[in-house]
Amino acid sequence: MAENSKVEALDASQPPELKEVSQHSAAEHPPLLNPGTDLNLEWVTDIRVNQSAVERRCATLKTRRSLKKDWQAAWLLKAVSCIDLTTLSGDDTEGRVRRLCSKARHPLRQDIAEALGVEDLHITTGAVCVYHAMVEEAVKALRGTNIPVAAVSTGFPACLAPLETRLREIELSVAAGATEIDIVISRRFVLNEDWQALYDEVKAYRQACGHAHMKTIISTGQLATLNNVARASMVCMMAGADFIKTSTGMETVNATLPVSLVMVRMIRRYFELTGYPVGFKPAGGISTAKDALVYLVMIKEELGNDWLNPEMFRFGASSLLGDIERQLEHHISGRYSAAHRHPMA
Amino acid sequence: MSIAEIFDTMSYGPAPESTSHVEAWLEQHQQGFQLFINGEWVKPAQAESFDSTNPANGEHLGTLAQGGESDIDAAVNAARAAQSEWWALGGHGRARYLYAIARLLQKHSRRLAVLESLDNGKPIRETRDIDVPQAVRHFYHHAGWAQLQESELGDFEALGVVGQIIPWNFPLLMLAWKIAPALAAGNCVVLKPAEYTSLTAMMFAELCQEAGLPPGVVNIVTGDGRTGAFLVDHPDVNKLAFTGSTEVGRQIRERTSGSGKHLTLELGGKSPFIVFDDADLDGAVEGLVDAIWFNQGQVCCAGSRLLVQEGIADRLLEKVKTRMETLRVGDPLDKNTDIGAIVDPSQKQRIDSLVQRGVSEGAILWQPEQLCPSEGCFYPPTLLTEVESSNVVASEEIFGPVLSVMTFRTQAEAIALANNTRYGLAASIWSENLNRALDVAPQVKAGVIWVNSTNQFDASCGFGGYKESGFGREGGREGMYAYLKDKTGSEPKATKKSAKAAKKTPSQSLPGIDQTAKLYIGGKQVRPDSGYSLPVLAADGAQAGLVGEGNRKDIRNAVEAAFKAGSWSNSNGHNRAQILYFLAENLTYREQELARRLVNLTGVSDAQAVREVQASVERLFFYAAWADKYDGAVHQPPIKGVALAMNEPLGILGIGCPDESPLLSMVSLLAPAVAMGNRVVLVPSREHALIATDFYQLLETSDVPSGVINIVTGEREELMKVLAEHNQVDAIWYQGDADGSAMVEAASVSNLKRTWVNRGRQIDWLANDDGQGKEFLREATQVKNIWVPYGDSI
Repeated sequence: MAENSKVEALDASQPPELKEVSQHSAAEHPPLLNPGTDLNLEWVTDIRVNQSAVERRCATLKTRRSLKKDWQAAWLLKAVSCIDLTTLSGDDTEGRVRRLCSKARHPLRQDIAEALGVEDLHITTGAVCVYHAMVEEAVKALRGTNIPVAAVSTGFPACLAPLETRLREIELSVAAGATEIDIVISRRFVLNEDWQALYDEVKAYRQACGHAHMKTIISTGQLATLNNVARASMVCMMAGADFIKTSTGMETVNATLPVSLVMVRMIRRYFELTGYPVGFKPAGGISTAKDALVYLVMIKEELGNDWLNPEMFRFGASSLLGDIERQLEHHISGRYSAAHRHPMA
Repeated sequence: MSIAEIFDTMSYGPAPESTSHVEAWLEQHQQGFQLFINGEWVKPAQAESFDSTNPANGEHLGTLAQGGESDIDAAVNAARAAQSEWWALGGHGRARYLYAIARLLQKHSRRLAVLESLDNGKPIRETRDIDVPQAVRHFYHHAGWAQLQESELGDFEALGVVGQIIPWNFPLLMLAWKIAPALAAGNCVVLKPAEYTSLTAMMFAELCQEAGLPPGVVNIVTGDGRTGAFLVDHPDVNKLAFTGSTEVGRQIRERTSGSGKHLTLELGGKSPFIVFDDADLDGAVEGLVDAIWFNQGQVCCAGSRLLVQEGIADRLLEKVKTRMETLRVGDPLDKNTDIGAIVDPSQKQRIDSLVQRGVSEGAILWQPEQLCPSEGCFYPPTLLTEVESSNVVASEEIFGPVLSVMTFRTQAEAIALANNTRYGLAASIWSENLNRALDVAPQVKAGVIWVNSTNQFDASCGFGGYKESGFGREGGREGMYAYLKDKTGSEPKATKKSAKAAKKTPSQSLPGIDQTAKLYIGGKQVRPDSGYSLPVLAADGAQAGLVGEGNRKDIRNAVEAAFKAGSWSNSNGHNRAQILYFLAENLTYREQELARRLVNLTGVSDAQAVREVQASVERLFFYAAWADKYDGAVHQPPIKGVALAMNEPLGILGIGCPDESPLLSMVSLLAPAVAMGNRVVLVPSREHALIATDFYQLLETSDVPSGVINIVTGEREELMKVLAEHNQVDAIWYQGDADGSAMVEAASVSNLKRTWVNRGRQIDWLANDDGQGKEFLREATQVKNIWVPYGDSI
């Protein structure tokens, strides 16, 4: 368990005050589901991913399952509950973040929730995801809810800041109230197959996160092959990732079904090997209700229902919610909706 | 269930495909379907009919006419009457019709998909995403072949009237596979759909009318096996194309032997699905879903035998079981159904009894927990482990969603197990090491090999089997050849019995002292098992010498020797060419001697005899030249990858030589066979057998590896019958009379070997346009399509 928040992996030059940042006691936090393992290279070199087979599976995932009527509505509501409502822009302001948080609290119009008969579910989004500078405002805006604030961190998105800076960023965000940290990895470690370095880096992040949930962004769009995606996923899980996440949203290609399928299968493999469940977050490029359903189907088919909740699955998305709202209004009214009929995020 | 509850359970709900359009169409036809003959709907001569039912719920869908003998006759006559104009229409004209049919199929794609699902019981996902689009693709692709006929296949012409009998597992798709190439090549067809599933053929006939297809070009006669038999037996059918069970295929081979009908058979299989320890196991598991749980496992090329490397067997099987738990068995018209209904209760019964036998013979049965619907004809996905090779479920085609599992230790053992079957339709090979996969692919005896994939089909790639899975290809250029014949020039001459009259009774007791002609088996001269000799007469009737009287044991020994010479089939074309050139070289040294023999045996002039020897030298050069040039093709199906169409040798080839031009004809048959990598057991002309025994001395001096060419002299038809019946022999070429041709075809049914017979037509061996050519190479090879998808970059 990582309840010890000491940053052991750092070298001696680590400023001592950093170690004191995370002050929460273990009792306030549920145990982490994935304590991580030693680096087992066999689990990495053993991996074989056939790209064309993955692509064929993805092609039929879309066609083998179909959700209609109430089922479609219920699944779309599930998708809403799994959204990390995100703003990651250089022009973010406190006002913008407050509006986003308000949308996270009330992702659906009250009349829609009532018509669907789900007002008692009190559906909110899974989290709000911002840069460090906006954490404090988001925490304030979400006070009184269970909606966690996630902070992208570690020199997001390129991961090329000094390690000390990256670790410090984690700790500051945790101190500011972020309970989820979306970290980025050094892609060069993957491209050069330096698994030890990757493991050490993520393990250091893990320790810096303390009790905060760590989502490990592997930036699939920059990893060149599905085999690299799979191996990076496995190493990150061994290093203690609570979630593995596809993309920063800033790569040329972000979440795709094939990379997601490969990552999800690695989660399954890691679970078989260790018994530790790890969550999954596809991020970037998922903008339609239809896409969201395909992802949920993939999770159900490959991992099962235990992964179909915000504790184990998130969408990193900014515009997805708007499309889902329109679909849900169509579901209750029979008329196609319009964007301006729903409060903007 | 409320939305809140679904939110909790995250279950799948019903997602039914609407059937209203199709029900309206069926309603229009409630009085029953008629036969589609000469572009019109006609009543069957006798008012017999049968019902088509929905196997998922037993509901009546329609009533179909039972076509009788006179109906088949009318259909064949209509096709015959239409054929010359259809051919004369030219490639572009035919292409326009095929294109129109493709377009119409596309326009009515959902109607066809729903009807197919209703009639057959297969899931709507498959009919919608696979059966109908593939059928459309077949017509488009073959519209292209029609267009290119004159430029690409200009040396060929249509066969004439083609009878086609198709199975119930892919009713519309098999119709397309049959009709599209036949029409493209300029034939007219009479098609008999399977009696369980005739409805999409009826809808197709309406589309033919809509397309304005000339009357008689396509005729569709419904009915059961009796109707099929009338079509098989009809004397005015030029070719039969059958897809279905090996049992019925064998009957058709038997019934058509000696009829002169061309025949292609696409039969059963027990295809191996080989998973090496370096495979993507998750990928392989999905491959298995596509292999054996596609179309309820009712697929001739279903990957029904899982061969898995021992070290990963447990892990793979755990994954397979987990995956099987998520397969949904049920209403075929529900979009969430993976496994639909078995086509008919009798088939379900057959599956069940084979599974029970398998279990009683030691297999361990595993099925997922979810239950099949209790109503309707369903069978759950089934896993049988601990299957030994002697178990019935390791060898018998089950034609259901049942996977038999065996393990192997090494690549060599995987190949041996893969080939340990009478069938040879398809195989899947899973390995992330392409060195391995591409090494294994040529060694598995099957017509289609899928590397890291399975059940991939495309109109551009040939499909068809080795061994008892049949012969002939469907799809691609190789498939077009199945509906074409070489343009014939002059009227063929019939062979005639040789008329040498013995001058005196040849002595049985005293062999000629100057020569002891023996048999040539396994690179050695051996005495005949019988201990008897036969006289060979000279042209003037005097005894020219004696040859050994070979018998069935000599044939057995020769085949055994050929079997052991398997490395010849794996040798490269360059080496084979070298040996043929060397043989030619040595033949020139013996020109005078062999010419004298020809003069003596056949009575030709000295000049003619020398010409025959020289022509034989040239023919050896011709096939030596081809040995390293008869390339396959690289097909481009619409995947990221390629399909390698490789020309492979047949294996062991039995050759019966004609009496005409005895040296040249023998060389003309031997050379292409050997050049393409076959091993040969050759039975020379009875009349002129001494030319063959002279010839084996050349073989001995020309580095021909032992067992590659074996010569057994004796009574040709007697020996050819033994060869044709021999289950280790892969194909027979026979150049004799019409009776002998019929005999060879009939005797070949046991292992359904490919036969190429002259039906008494004499080849002009001295003429290069008749006595040599690519046809010989095609007949000496079979096409294997190896699908190699690729990609490792995102």
